[in-house]
Amino acid sequence: MTARIGVVTFPGSLDDRDTQRAIRLAGAEPVALWHKDKDLHQVDAVVLCGGFSYGDYLRAGAIARFSPVMEPLIEQAKAGLPVLGICNGFQILTEAHLLPGAMLGNDHLHFICRDQKLRVENADTAWTTDYSAGQEIHIPLKNMDGRYVADEYTLDKLEAEGRVAFRYLDLNPNGSLRDIAGISNEAGNVVGLMPHPEHAVEPLIGSGRTDGLPFFTSILKKLVNA
Amino acid sequence: MSRTPLDTVEHAAATPDVELPWAELGLKKDEYERVVEILGRRPTGAELAMYSVMWSEHCSYKSSKVHLRQFGEKAPQSDALLVGIGENAGVVDVGQGYAVTFKVESHNHPSYVEPYQGAATGVGGIVRDIIAMGARPVAVVDPLRFGAADHPDTKRVLPGVVAGIGGYGNCLGLPNIGGEVVFDACYQGNPLVNAGAIGVMRHEDIHLAKASGAGNKVILYGARTGGDGIGGASILASETFDDAKPSKRPAVQVGDPFQEKLLIECTLEAFAEKLVVGIQDLGAAGLSCATSELASNGSGGMRVTLDDVPLRDSTLSPEEILMSESQERMCAVVEPEKVDRFLEICDKWDVIATVIGEVTDGDRLEIYWHGGKIVDVDPRTVAHDGPVYERPYARPDWQDALQADDANKLPRPATGEELKDQVLKLVSSPNQASKKWITSQYDHFVQGNTVLAQPEDSGMIRIDEESGLGVAIATDGNGRYAKLDPYAGAQLALSEAYRNVATTGAKPLAVSDCLNFGSPEDPAVMWQFAEAIRGLADACQQLGTPVTGGNVSLYNQTGEVAIHPTPVVAVLGVIDDVARRTPVAFGEEGQLLYLLGDTREEFGGSAWSQVIHDHLGGLPPKVDLERERLLAEILISASRDGMIDAAHDLSDGGLIQAVVESALLGDKGARLVVPDGLDAFTFLFSESAGRAVVAVPRSEELRFTDMCGARGLPATRIGVVDGDTVDVQGEFALPLTELRTAHEETIPALLA
Repeated sequence: MTARIGVVTFPGSLDDRDTQRAIRLAGAEPVALWHKDKDLHQVDAVVLCGGFSYGDYLRAGAIARFSPVMEPLIEQAKAGLPVLGICNGFQILTEAHLLPGAMLGNDHLHFICRDQKLRVENADTAWTTDYSAGQEIHIPLKNMDGRYVADEYTLDKLEAEGRVAFRYLDLNPNGSLRDIAGISNEAGNVVGLMPHPEHAVEPLIGSGRTDGLPFFTSILKKLVNA
Repeated sequence: MSRTPLDTVEHAAATPDVELPWAELGLKKDEYERVVEILGRRPTGAELAMYSVMWSEHCSYKSSKVHLRQFGEKAPQSDALLVGIGENAGVVDVGQGYAVTFKVESHNHPSYVEPYQGAATGVGGIVRDIIAMGARPVAVVDPLRFGAADHPDTKRVLPGVVAGIGGYGNCLGLPNIGGEVVFDACYQGNPLVNAGAIGVMRHEDIHLAKASGAGNKVILYGARTGGDGIGGASILASETFDDAKPSKRPAVQVGDPFQEKLLIECTLEAFAEKLVVGIQDLGAAGLSCATSELASNGSGGMRVTLDDVPLRDSTLSPEEILMSESQERMCAVVEPEKVDRFLEICDKWDVIATVIGEVTDGDRLEIYWHGGKIVDVDPRTVAHDGPVYERPYARPDWQDALQADDANKLPRPATGEELKDQVLKLVSSPNQASKKWITSQYDHFVQGNTVLAQPEDSGMIRIDEESGLGVAIATDGNGRYAKLDPYAGAQLALSEAYRNVATTGAKPLAVSDCLNFGSPEDPAVMWQFAEAIRGLADACQQLGTPVTGGNVSLYNQTGEVAIHPTPVVAVLGVIDDVARRTPVAFGEEGQLLYLLGDTREEFGGSAWSQVIHDHLGGLPPKVDLERERLLAEILISASRDGMIDAAHDLSDGGLIQAVVESALLGDKGARLVVPDGLDAFTFLFSESAGRAVVAVPRSEELRFTDMCGARGLPATRIGVVDGDTVDVQGEFALPLTELRTAHEETIPALLA
């Protein structure tokens, strides 16, 4: 038996098919979820993928956060459903207050696409157990609004609780505070990050590395062993 | 509110003496008289609007048509061509049941007036052309030309254009995998923003722009129609800029990439359910173009009720609605019993869709407004029977003097130290410098199928996950070469794009082009244009790569001064398994570097002559198409059989530029030895065509050189991948760190 992992398509989602492919390559079963769905079709976990939901008009993720599918998702995430937010998905998770902080425009004001070096800071979340703490990985990054900000108290709390899951190495590509690339909630079931692990799952494609695959194998193991 | 009576067909017939603003709409007197002759009466205001946009240079190709015919007349026999010139984009068979459609278009003038929106809507337009063929768009490329890199206006135009391409393309989820950025003062007041796109479909999914079957419904879907872009094609794209006239800014359309993304998804879903009989995107000339082309390509006529068009601005007149170039709109012809399902799919994607008319069994295009018939025309006369001009052309009187000003006689570096100095100047010059600052603003990962993206020789996309089937695309065009000799310049553009596809391991299949020239009313420009087309058509015939379609952009000039003739050529190739692709970067130390092809003293139009001497004169490098074909065959075989690990084509900047790029990308140095019979300067800087440098694993050397020997391709061992310097033995050595700084810091320093 395998795990069923939902991938939500909002109007303007871009990496939904790529994320489904990554889930499949990891050995799990991808399930397409539609933003107007009122339930989650009994999936075991959900990925909110990258893109420009609703054109990122108003504010990245601000409109998608009110989609019908978000109601059961927020409720179940609070009850422990594993949720991964990638890029626009991360932005939606902060807008939905499942993760603290907010995302502002990159400090250099340009879209940036690069193969980004990261350090895995927390290998105990639902989505990171196949990494080891301190491991350095390369994951493609591509965004316009990727500058993670939060107040000092929240940042200190995240650090103290080990909830900074990923940090940018060598170069901070967007001005994120404390080089934060990704964070988790207290329980570790909800993780958000700006870089795109689904673009680093095949040796020939994209960055030419498979450093992103452990996201999807981590969750599969957790769900199958549960 | 008092209103003049609606200018219906009846009204027009009854009031033959009413003066119409045909000149303001861009028509010439004889063209207007031709319209009157066709209709047998004066046109209504709405009819005049349609004829004026559809007979514009941009839409009708009236100055270029007589020359473009050569692409058809000289088309080589090719089994690969499924749809040729004349449709929204050509379609090529790439095997395994897949078909690929690709096209390049210009959005030059709008991008100068309003860089962000001009470039953004250029991407939007080309992508809709691809969808209209039935294909899912899989990648975009952007060949760009700007004025001098250090000119203040370049800092206004370039960042806006790049942000516009990124802002639109990134939001659509299309990887940007190729293109070029070239600076030259000749583009100062007239940058070139060409946009290319590739789409993939199964053979059976090809769709065409035609309205057949009486009773079938015409559905307009996508954005509402607004007052933006009125006259974009007839005025903005078909005239020379003139400072004395009012600003053309209102004629530039505004893009909404989010709306376009929804349009892509809902169109593909409708295709998948086989709901569409014919389809056309609304680009230049908007509804005028879509209705007249759909109707004239189909079997019947069409009746349209313009009142049903959803508007952004309720005060628009019918003429404005017909001319509006509001973006993100498409027109589909759907059988009546499938209309509900089509509308349902649009609703799912929150796309507005409205039945605005139907196919009739007559042969007229009839358009109604407030109950009155305001258009009654034979659609062919609007869409296809526009004027055709045999513009006079003459070889310019300065051409001989330009060619006599021989670049081979320019002072050359005499010592190793001077060579080193000039190499640094070359690799740090804006045209040769790394464009990473620009390309990093484009998403090249999205869709998860990008195998190669710039700065590789060609962009490569996997189209089948199981078999590894992939396609490659390269765009090239050297305006300096074309200025020296437009016939040879166009052939060199094709040669380079063809070679670039082959160096990555793909087999070149077909060609699209974007022909950027000055005013066709200038006989010198017209000569350049005629020569370039003749050159390209002859070369395509010889290389067996048919032209599948393309775009002509004229009036690229400021006042009396035209840009360099700039034919940009895109070559599409196929590779059976993307795992066999060859990258530019040097991989392993110890691999042997071979120079393929012949190196001659050829510096006319070269990067060296531009960077070191600010010179343009002489003749461009010699064209040898048979050599290009042989080189391509060797590169493809070597890639397939694992004989080479890296390859880079030699073009502007010559061998040293190529070696430096491969070294920096791989972070591995090279030791080079000047081969017998060549001096160091010619070896490093010559731009002879038909050449590439390859890195051969030692275990493959014999097999590789045997293959080259047997096929008659000169292969000269010139060195080895090694260390952390580029070392030209006996001349100079440059550390990679120094080269990297020189190569990568120029563009951000000028533009960031």
